[in-house]
Amino acid sequence: MAVVVEVKGLKKHFNGEVHAVDGVDLTTGEGEYLVLLGPSGCGKTTLLRTIAGLEEPTEGEVLIGGSVVNGLPPRARRIAMVFQSYALYPHKTVLQNITFPLKAEKLGREARLNKAQWAAGLLGIGHLLDRKPRHLSGGERQRVALARALVRDPSVFLLDEPLSNLDAKLRATARDELKLFQQDIGTTTIYVTHDQVEAMGLGDRIAVMYEGRVRQVGPPVEVYDDPADTFVATFIGSPPMNLVERGDQLVGFRPENFLPQAVVAGNGNRWSLPFHVHRVEHLSGDRHLYGTVPAGREHVRVIARLPATVTTPVDPDTTYEFAVHERHLRFFDRVSGERTAPRPVRD
Amino acid sequence: MALQRERVEPGTAGRKPEWERAGGVRAGVRPTLADREGVLAPLFLLPAVAYIVALVAIPFLLAIAFSFSDVTAGDPSFDWVGLRNYRRIFQDPVFWQSLRNTFVFTVVSMALTVVLAKALAMVLVADFRGKWVVRFLVLLPWTTPVALATIVWLYLLDSLYSPIDWMLRQIGLLDGNVFWLGRPGLAMVSVVLVHTWRIVPLAAVIIMAGLVAIPDEINDAAAIDGAGFWRKLTEVTLPLTMPVIAVAALLGAILTFTDMTVVYVLTRGGPTNATQVLPSWAFIRGIVGADLAQGAAIALFLFPLLLAAAVAILRAVRRMEVL
Repeated sequence: MAVVVEVKGLKKHFNGEVHAVDGVDLTTGEGEYLVLLGPSGCGKTTLLRTIAGLEEPTEGEVLIGGSVVNGLPPRARRIAMVFQSYALYPHKTVLQNITFPLKAEKLGREARLNKAQWAAGLLGIGHLLDRKPRHLSGGERQRVALARALVRDPSVFLLDEPLSNLDAKLRATARDELKLFQQDIGTTTIYVTHDQVEAMGLGDRIAVMYEGRVRQVGPPVEVYDDPADTFVATFIGSPPMNLVERGDQLVGFRPENFLPQAVVAGNGNRWSLPFHVHRVEHLSGDRHLYGTVPAGREHVRVIARLPATVTTPVDPDTTYEFAVHERHLRFFDRVSGERTAPRPVRD
Repeated sequence: MALQRERVEPGTAGRKPEWERAGGVRAGVRPTLADREGVLAPLFLLPAVAYIVALVAIPFLLAIAFSFSDVTAGDPSFDWVGLRNYRRIFQDPVFWQSLRNTFVFTVVSMALTVVLAKALAMVLVADFRGKWVVRFLVLLPWTTPVALATIVWLYLLDSLYSPIDWMLRQIGLLDGNVFWLGRPGLAMVSVVLVHTWRIVPLAAVIIMAGLVAIPDEINDAAAIDGAGFWRKLTEVTLPLTMPVIAVAALLGAILTFTDMTVVYVLTRGGPTNATQVLPSWAFIRGIVGADLAQGAAIALFLFPLLLAAAVAILRAVRRMEVL
């Protein structure tokens, strides 16, 4: 029953100059949770709005459930969208907000009420039905927005940064609930965020966008472990992947794989570097080491992340031998930033 | 920059200004007049207050005093006559007709204004080529001086040479002349239409501000939720702009209620007082007829109604803040 959303050669230009979306091909799976991830201004929201029908593409096609929906108004696309600000109607009560789409569908009064109560029950906001949005907390508003999206039995959910208006603590629980909720109803969902933690946690697959293009699509682990280019490598991961120049290549490695030599197993298959530590940060049990390694004639800033299990003492302003196991090294073209074939780096 | 803490001898602290005692962080920088809100606030309010006292409060109190006197232009000496002026007004059928006309004039003008201004505002916020030219043209009636614009209308509605009549004759809808300002009913229609033409741009711009203030995401949400034009208008746009529309209507009502220019230039209240309104009647009795006391008493009848409108505006503004 779940529906596939497909985007073919999609371009959206504003005023003929700004290429907000610049040639995107993307297909969701059935009932998949696809996350569009990218920095602000990368075109992810424009892409979502084009799928919703709030923007008309300059070029290319949008297909929902196999049929082209270009030119169809949003209401004809059987989609539901949750906005960053939730966009609740401030003059309507929660119940009126939730039933509004059903009224537009000309559903009877009784049926509307039943549907709204079902959705409100599912999201645990049954006791708030008589309130106005301004009397609700951020989390409650988000649920009302979800309920309003849910009652329409949409074939696709489009979520535009629905967690970004919540405070950090609430965001973690809301993320969890959102995931469970989507698993329950099994509707294909496209979720836009600039927060990689949300993307990694929620997405079945992540599409990383930058400057109007999709740089990489894949499951979170794949995007994290095997970034397609230096943008994805440095955008995902906190702290990001270290990049060290070596000939015509950039060698990338994750901070958690850059460890004291003694801890890195294997003799011939690791890359050792003298790591001059400038600063040590203690973060939730781990130690983040900020420092430099030599690369050619220069020094490059890199970060190492030692898990609590590594107890080697480390002091600032000292140089240590650190190493990366060969299997954790990634290679990129120095000019284009694209992923290239690995090359041996014996120490 | 090294901060040097000043040593303050006990007992001398009171003599030093606070900013120096606080440790000399801003030593040498003295607060100017612009830093002292306690002085600035009254200073900035003063011109407005002086203006209101001189041009509103004093004339208003004078009007109340005059209405209980026998002051005329020829004999400005103040003699108390009690309620005599009011008694005479109540016995005057023209007063009652003016009062009724004022209401008809205001209510009909405002009803038309709200509908037209709302439609116009929706055109103005729409995105199309040349919208700046359209916005400019729409505002013109409001920016033209009232008297000037009304005189143009006087020509347009002339009993013999009206271009409107001429056009109606050309397309065969009319034989002879309409005499827009010469027949009681039509005169009122003309006055209402001209006044509406003048007020609509102002109301449209106010309502436009309200429309623009609706967040884009609310409009998007309505589109996603499947609301068509009318449903969106009645269930989202209108309720959200209602306070602004109320402000526009009430402001327009005040402007209509107190306006005598359109009436005075077009008809002088005629024919046979068919378009006489309170302000024009007060003007004719008080200034043209030189009976200042009578004029003041008539004009005072505007006060309770204006007060009610002002209270209603303030309540609408409060509702806007709550939303």
